[in-house]
Amino acid sequence: MVGASLAGLSAARSLRKQGYDGRLVVIGEELHRPYDRPPLSKEFLAGILGEAELALESADEDLAAEWLLGVRATGLDHTERAVRLADGREVRADGVVIATGAAARTLPGSEGLAGVHTLRTLDDARALRGELAEGGRLVVIGGGFIGAEVASTARALGLDVTVVEAAPTPLAGPLGEAMGAVVSGLHTDHGVRLLCGAGVKGLSGETRVDAVLLEDGRSIPADIVVVGVGARPCVEWLAGSGIALDNGVKCGADGRTSLAGVVAVGDCANWYDPRTAAHRRVEHWTGARERPDAAVATLLAGGAVEPGAPRPPYFWSDQYGVKIQFAGHAAGADSVTIEAGAADDRDVLAVYRRAGHPVAVLGMNQPRLFTRWRKQIASTTS
Amino acid sequence: MIPACRLEDLPRGEAHRLDVDPPVSVFHTDDGELFAIDDTCTHQDASLADGWLEGCEVECPLHASKFDLRTGAVDSPPAKLPVRTHEVFVEDGMVYVRLSMDAPNLPPCVAARLAGGPA
Repeated sequence: MVGASLAGLSAARSLRKQGYDGRLVVIGEELHRPYDRPPLSKEFLAGILGEAELALESADEDLAAEWLLGVRATGLDHTERAVRLADGREVRADGVVIATGAAARTLPGSEGLAGVHTLRTLDDARALRGELAEGGRLVVIGGGFIGAEVASTARALGLDVTVVEAAPTPLAGPLGEAMGAVVSGLHTDHGVRLLCGAGVKGLSGETRVDAVLLEDGRSIPADIVVVGVGARPCVEWLAGSGIALDNGVKCGADGRTSLAGVVAVGDCANWYDPRTAAHRRVEHWTGARERPDAAVATLLAGGAVEPGAPRPPYFWSDQYGVKIQFAGHAAGADSVTIEAGAADDRDVLAVYRRAGHPVAVLGMNQPRLFTRWRKQIASTTS
Repeated sequence: MIPACRLEDLPRGEAHRLDVDPPVSVFHTDDGELFAIDDTCTHQDASLADGWLEGCEVECPLHASKFDLRTGAVDSPPAKLPVRTHEVFVEDGMVYVRLSMDAPNLPPCVAARLAGGPA
């Protein structure tokens, strides 16, 4: 198992559940045992949850695994069936699960400038939490989900918050223009400045950031900057291994890669999606939790199992006290209809359709209706 | 024992939430079985009655932890603790629940609220 976060842990669990009782080695770049990342931008950042509560393993859980933590994998030698580690060690294996995740994209030129953060790991969250506690002016670069959640948490902590988004509408990619506008309207509802269509030219400051410079010439004063401009799959270590890479590790619908005995799961894996007949790298928690089951079955069966239809991708977000849930694919929709609630109240259930068939659903504070629609989409599009 | 609802008002595949504290829900599975468990997910404040019922499992509507209706056991993160199960029976077309005397596993925010502390 290369990777010790949710996808790696889920794969280890699946292996044991599916009857594998041999040696199991889990390699993790971070020193921490597997922990839950979604709260890092929410309850953990707000100081409501402590580190112990982030643990993904339960107290009495024993996977009989060897944990090699705090060490990075640097190479995969397929002929030797070996994973090379940064400290020179080598781990031989009959099967390899790649679950190395994704890393936060950074802003070129921001390296070494104090007060500038990305948010991906527990260590990132600790550092940001410490700075937010001191208050001040926060500028969030990127109006995506991480950026929006950080803005929401920081606003609740009493900071002065500005969100800078390069696109005309935040979240237009995952939610479409109309609903992206509705969800990102939460910022202005709660006293956060939202600047759209605002490209970032750079940051100013000598040793510590003091402003975000926009391409239109504006300068936004900042004591703290969070860069939330997406993530890139961590697959550099696989260069030269012969594995097919394309926006992450290229995988079939069952997690198989181009190399026998090697599967990939989680944020680094670009799985084929039979629903859309295209590869799609999904960075959702639920994908990292659910897909290892199929990938492990593939690994144990030597690629002889027919994968079941995957559920439509599902993710959630908590912003300003509103539960946001989304399932399906917004990109292929030709209409969006509000089925319940009202957009202005930020209490809404919206259904995305293509040629009359529901393909995606968005809920804001509508968990009951949302689940019904999510089930329906799973049954009609499989 | 507490009267929950009439059996005819609880179709298969549906759940009925009882307004007790903490809330309890009765599930009517697609196979026609009845189960009662604590309604609140042990991870966060979410109503399992709003969740995805499949076979003898209900998936939390928010973060997808699955609870076994027969045992209350949870199969996957983020929830780590089981929910309580309660006895349920039908008499003269009425569904009744006999509440467990065990201590519930409530998420931190709900436990604090019930204890009268800050939410």
